[in-house]
Parts: sequence; structure tokens; C-alpha cells
Amino acid sequence: MASHAIAGHDDGHAHTHHTTTGLDNRKIAIWAFIGSECMLFASLISTYLIYKGKSLVGPYPHTEYTDAAGKVFPAILDIPVTSASTFVLLMSSLAMVLALQAVQLKGTPLPANAGWWTRAQRSSQLWLGMTALLGATFLGFQAYEFTAFVREGLTIKTNLFGSTFFTLTGFHGAHVTVGVLWLMSLLWIDRTRGLGPKDELVVDIAALYWHFVDVVWIVIFTLIYLIQ
Amino acid sequence: MSHDAKSPAQAHAHPTGATYLKVAVILTVITIVEVWAYYIPALVASPLFNPSLIIMSAAKFAIVVLFYMHLKYDHKLFKALFTGPLIIAGATILALLFLFAKISL
Repeated sequence: MASHAIAGHDDGHAHTHHTTTGLDNRKIAIWAFIGSECMLFASLISTYLIYKGKSLVGPYPHTEYTDAAGKVFPAILDIPVTSASTFVLLMSSLAMVLALQAVQLKGTPLPANAGWWTRAQRSSQLWLGMTALLGATFLGFQAYEFTAFVREGLTIKTNLFGSTFFTLTGFHGAHVTVGVLWLMSLLWIDRTRGLGPKDELVVDIAALYWHFVDVVWIVIFTLIYLIQ
Repeated sequence: MSHDAKSPAQAHAHPTGATYLKVAVILTVITIVEVWAYYIPALVASPLFNPSLIIMSAAKFAIVVLFYMHLKYDHKLFKALFTGPLIIAGATILALLFLFAKISL
């Protein structure tokens, strides 16, 4: 059954089972899954945008709100904190792509004059660990943001903004959580038996999921946090 | 279906670590510009503010998909599996925004 069908990059690195498309079914499956996820997040983003500005009571995302008792609620979104978490997630994508490259390069001889960067690029454990750590840091930022919002009077039941905001960002956070667990399992495999070029596709699939989570956040950051 | 009809040179044209770093710098710079614009009241009041942010966000989206997800170098079936649903998703968002009068012609 094993033949020379290629996993998708047409690079001849990953040999897998023969398929009618010549492509590995696992990679087709992850792209189909990502396509379906596009539509899931489109529905959540649509709901947020449709209800945007329709909340009858505050707190509001970008403007101050004073309730009937005279209590003032400042604009609730914390752009500096979210900008930092966005940067963290972008850097996690860089770490992820370097992890994939490290797996692809494993076993190739190092040049005699290899510097620290060349050596670092070969360490899949470093980059997988870094990606998981940055992902966990992003989740920490999100936990901080959610608890701050609840403390300031915004819950999922407060108004339409709260309902749509927590649903959308909560779904995204759940995806990040799954990604972090996935990365930690890859890191554990790498530490126990080592990941090499034969595992390229396994890491590539995890990387595609992780980058997708990143691009979804790119859209959320602009539509929810920056556009007023 | 046969393999994608790429020359061997094209098939091995994977980005290097340096390219990945450059992409990260570009993504960071675009994000800084987005956040900087958010704090300039004159820019926020401009009718070009929202379209500019959407264009910058779309650019970041495309850069990650093309370079980090390797779609630029990948098989056309993968491109179709991603762009097809993405177009449907975008069209759905636009249709719903028209339907609920959030945007108009």
C-alpha cells in the first residue's frame, strides 16, 4: 500500500499511502476542516456585527455609559492589553512555522561554522515549546480580560454586546486551548521519541490549525477592538 | 488527479527562516500602524478609517495564509478547499449585513 504519493507540498519529504488525488488524505481533511471553520467564525462574526450598537444598556465597547442611578461605566475594551495579546499570538505563528522547519531539517548536517541562530533553527522542541507558551500567554491575557469585564459589570447576559462578544472570543479561546493541548502533545512526543522529517505532515497539520487560529484573531482584533 | 504541475525548482521554493522573520516583522509593523491609527481622533473620524483597517487586516490575513500556511506553495486542491469556503463565508457576512441594514449601497 505504501507508495510515493506526496503529502501536498510536492517536495518529496513526506511519503505516505497512495491516494487517488496523490495527496495525503489527512492534509485534505485539515484544509476541509479549516474551510468549515471559516464558515463557523463567519456566523459568529456576522452575529456580532449585526447586533453591534444595539445594546440597550452598557457597558459599551468604545464609549462611556451612565446608568439610571448615575453610575458611570467607561468604555470597556482595553486596547493596549489586547494589542499585546495580538502581538503574542502573531509571534506564536512565527514560532510554529520555525518548529515545522526544525522538524523538516532534523538530521541534516550542521555547517561547521553554524552560529546560535542556525543551531536554534534545528531545535523543534524549542519552537514547539515556545509556540505552546505563547499560546498559553494569549489565553492568560484573555482570562484577564474576561475577569476584568465581569468585574466592571459586563457578563454574557448584560447586553447584546456582552452576549456576542463573549460567544465569539470564547469560541476563539476554546480553539486556542485545543491548539495549546495539541502542541503540548507534539512536544511530549518530540521529547520521548523525537520528531523528524518522517513526522513532517503531523506537525504541518497542527501548524495549519494554529495559523488558522491566528488569522481568525487578526480578523476579530480589527472588527471588534479597532473599528468603532 | 495528478500532482500539481510545478517545476522541481518551484516545488522546492519553500521560504527560509529569514523569510519567516521578515513576514513576522511586516505583521508586527501593520499591527502597530493599526493600533496607532486607533489613537488618532482625526483618523478615526475619517471615512477612510474603517476601510483602511479592513485592508490592513486583510493584508495580514493573506500574508499568514500565503507564507506561514504555505498556501502560496501548496497544491491547488488545498487552495480551493480554503478559498471556496472563505468566499462563501465572506459573502454570507456581507449578505447578512445588507439584510439587517448595517451597510447599504
